[in-house]
Amino acid sequence: MSRDIFEKTMSSPQTTSDQVPKHRAIVAGHGEFAAGLVSAVQQITGRGDQLIPVAVHTLGVADIEALLRQQMIDADVRVIFTDLQAGSCTMASRRILRGMEDAVLIAGANLPTLLDFVFAEGVSAPQAARHAAERGRAAIAVHGAGA
Amino acid sequence: MTLVLYRIDDRLIHGQVVVGWGQPLDIEFIVLVDDTVAAEEWEQELYRMGVPPEMDVYFHSTNDAIKALAKYRSDSRAGILLTGDIATMRRLVDGNGITAVNVGGLHSRAGRVQRLRYVFLTPEEERELRALSARGVAVTAQDVPGARPVSLEDLLAGNEL
Repeated sequence: MSRDIFEKTMSSPQTTSDQVPKHRAIVAGHGEFAAGLVSAVQQITGRGDQLIPVAVHTLGVADIEALLRQQMIDADVRVIFTDLQAGSCTMASRRILRGMEDAVLIAGANLPTLLDFVFAEGVSAPQAARHAAERGRAAIAVHGAGA
Repeated sequence: MTLVLYRIDDRLIHGQVVVGWGQPLDIEFIVLVDDTVAAEEWEQELYRMGVPPEMDVYFHSTNDAIKALAKYRSDSRAGILLTGDIATMRRLVDGNGITAVNVGGLHSRAGRVQRLRYVFLTPEEERELRALSARGVAVTAQDVPGARPVSLEDLLAGNEL
């Protein structure tokens, strides 16, 4: 890990009203997946500003990779959440990770994944992302007579 | 079964192919024809990880794919053949009895003009599509099975934008 962008702890709020929010991860996927999930995180926790939603509607693979890479550099983040293992954002992110060894990609992210991530402030973002992935996986439940 | 879809898509293997087409058509294999991917094991592994374990992926250069086409067309399973550009599909079509080609996604980049929500074309690419059509190949644009196929005429006229 070349840097740790998470010096804050659970007892110290991430931002105050006069601070620019510090981004911790990119969320990317099909359609409005990213904007929808980030909106939901914001509504539930008020911490949606940790996440940068990225949509890639009209872009080819090379441009998706360039966009995500630039977003990571500009925002100084090393975590990407995507929606689908087979998705173009996942493919592009895996190419980015080849040259960015301190970064982590979580493919198949869901809302419980992101909720866990935005509250895990006492650890590095990649560590938080790995923990969040497990929480997201475990959060899927089946209810009803057909279960 | 056989190859049930010949698709031009510059994202190659991605969600629309694996899930959008793959599930309703019961696709069991994908033939990915791309000279760059065929030459790089890492790229192949990247695409392999994007498909479910029960789906096979075969990688070929264009020249190898032309030789292997008959084998895939006589396969008992349903498959999709993918190319990332029109020129590669044109080479496969020549003399191989392909009667229909799906334009699934050619995305924005310098020199291309938008013709459909998911199709951007250079003038040369437009000529290539017209040439395919002139050879008797049915060329339509359709990103997912539930969408209405767009004729080549409507595609090139930008009527569906």
